[in-house]
Amino acid sequence: MGATQLPTPGINGTGLDLQSPAGGASSDPAAEMIQLLGPDGKLGTDPVFSDYAKRLEPEQLRGFYADMAKVRRFDQEATALQRQGELALWVPLTGQEAAQIGSGRATQRQDYIFPTYREHGVALTRDVDLAELLKLFRGISNGGWDPTENNFHLYTLVLAAQTLHSVGYAMGIQRDQKFAEANGSNDPKAAVVAYFGDGASSEGDVHESMVFAASYNAPVVFFCQNNHWAISVPTEVQTKVPLFNRAKGYGFPGIRVDGNDVIAVHAVTEWALEHAREGRGPVLIEAYTYRVGAHTTADDPTKYRESAEEQAWRGKDPLDRLEKYLRNEGLADEAFFEQVRVDGDKLAAHVRSTTQNLKGPDFRESFAGVYAEPHPLVAEELAWFEEYSAGFEGDHEDGGK
Amino acid sequence: MTTMTIAKAINEGLRASLTNNPKSLLMGEDIGPLGGVYRVTDGLIRDFGADRVVDTPLAESGIVGTAIGLALRGYRPICEIQFDGFVFPGFNQITTQLAKMHSRSGGKLTVPVVIRIPYGGGIGSIEHHSESPEALFAHTAGLRIITPSNSHDAYWMIQQAVDCTDPVIFFEPKRRYWLKGEVDTENPGPASDPFQAHVLCEGSDATIVAYGPLVPVALAAAAAAEEDGHSIEVIDLRSISPIDFDTVTDSVKKTGRLIVAHEAPTFGGIGGEIAARISERAFLHLEAPVIRVGGFHMPYPVAKVEEDYLPDIDKILEALDRSLAY
Repeated sequence: MGATQLPTPGINGTGLDLQSPAGGASSDPAAEMIQLLGPDGKLGTDPVFSDYAKRLEPEQLRGFYADMAKVRRFDQEATALQRQGELALWVPLTGQEAAQIGSGRATQRQDYIFPTYREHGVALTRDVDLAELLKLFRGISNGGWDPTENNFHLYTLVLAAQTLHSVGYAMGIQRDQKFAEANGSNDPKAAVVAYFGDGASSEGDVHESMVFAASYNAPVVFFCQNNHWAISVPTEVQTKVPLFNRAKGYGFPGIRVDGNDVIAVHAVTEWALEHAREGRGPVLIEAYTYRVGAHTTADDPTKYRESAEEQAWRGKDPLDRLEKYLRNEGLADEAFFEQVRVDGDKLAAHVRSTTQNLKGPDFRESFAGVYAEPHPLVAEELAWFEEYSAGFEGDHEDGGK
Repeated sequence: MTTMTIAKAINEGLRASLTNNPKSLLMGEDIGPLGGVYRVTDGLIRDFGADRVVDTPLAESGIVGTAIGLALRGYRPICEIQFDGFVFPGFNQITTQLAKMHSRSGGKLTVPVVIRIPYGGGIGSIEHHSESPEALFAHTAGLRIITPSNSHDAYWMIQQAVDCTDPVIFFEPKRRYWLKGEVDTENPGPASDPFQAHVLCEGSDATIVAYGPLVPVALAAAAAAEEDGHSIEVIDLRSISPIDFDTVTDSVKKTGRLIVAHEAPTFGGIGGEIAARISERAFLHLEAPVIRVGGFHMPYPVAKVEEDYLPDIDKILEALDRSLAY
């Protein structure tokens, strides 16, 4: 079902025909929420996704745990840094570690990621130095890292804008692959992951991105982290139907996965990425999860939700359940968990010291990036600023006025 | 040297860009088999295929947003927005994303996207089909905005827009689409820098600055003034952002008087920016205040009365009279 059954528009006489989906059956694997690892730490089965889970080596499972623990520790440290006045704002991710580590670890190096602004866990899986992430929140950069280095795009604060960029980027991949195939290249096929939240799902750009992705069969995986709250507004105000159901209306598969189950998230994302890379079109994944903390350090969840709800979700904690599983199956011992704690503290110390040493740029640098090519107005204003600044140069020598 | 309309010149310019740059592609509604509502892309899908001339879903934010993604992947998308008044659903993507991507990334990312917008009135059309929103874009740093007024410029400037590493808004004077003019397809000549203004005719008594659809009006007004014994210099601005203030300043230092004419409302418009800059740069040379001729502070009026709204020869001559009276 899904995109493969859509009529394929074609224009006669064109060289490349990127609009025709490749053949092969694509099946919407499930209508219900996919869960493999339950809150009790027991591994269940699923007719499609158990096969993906079986591929995982114990080393990878331990890695998932270590990643989740690391990014949670990082989150705590960043929150503390904000409270201490070192950051202007922080966007906590606690509760969403499985959704991010599971999906991030399912991507391959050639895939390109468009995050929103809470994807610190995904950044970790893409080898972005987490201290770099804090530049944005410290107010010293509007970006912070080189997106081309790890195929991890800049954070986007305007909700959902990046979902369209992801589709365009995926359309570029399609074209590159056509060029590459024509030249006999065997480069691994790539796909794009677009992250957004349940709040952003109300934005028109999400709708338009899904229309475009379906129309051009673009290799993009839409990864919606439904964390239940758009600042203070609940998901029920965003949608009347489960979000993953919307995919059906666009003509591609939608899957709801337990977003606190790192094994299921990894399996589902691997499936979706394979689907996209093989030319079978987009997939929407709804990771059903919960933002345990505030939306940002600027809001106060006690004003808009019951603590009982938070407590209920703490019972589904993604780290706890994987820890239970690893211990029950004898895949990790106390020494491992101790090492994870030590590594977390090390990361936190690195982030703290790096952040405190991150100095603001010289204001003159702000002139440099406005345009890629020389621009007379920018040059004129910079020259004025230099002259104006020069007028103050003697002041300090005169006694520090 | 060959003669063609502005619409045909843009078509040929796009054809040259598609031929010269395999990473360029056109995107927009109805630009494929129909060739665009103004037929500016006529015949291009036949020669370059549906992957280079992409008929998109009807969604302006989608067109601009996916173009940004394509540019991030190394492509050079050229988007068509069907009419001026329909650019606003894409305004968010243009101003918050396209304009800022280079700066936010510390120069690591470039987004060489061109957005073509047929603009301006005078074609007797209905609501949202006759607007001049250039000032809204000019106020946003990171964008470049150019507009041709003749076929030769149209042919070269669209190609220069595609070659530019920065995002470019390319405003097309739609009521001049059928204006014919000579095009030298071998040599851009003085049009080699699209961000430079051109002095179209020299004079000594006053300067008229215009761009896009009002350039022929300004030239006609200058000719009429000449019959009354006044020598008028006419400048085609060509680039709205950046503005070539050097050319305008030099002219005003010579003539001492400046009229700026555009179709957009005068309030908060490009004319005000030019007036302010020139008063800073050439105050002691001015014999009269800079006078703006433009639209009123109202939504673009219905077609039956648009002639009263639009700057014409008489309105420019009235402004000249006022200026010369000082």
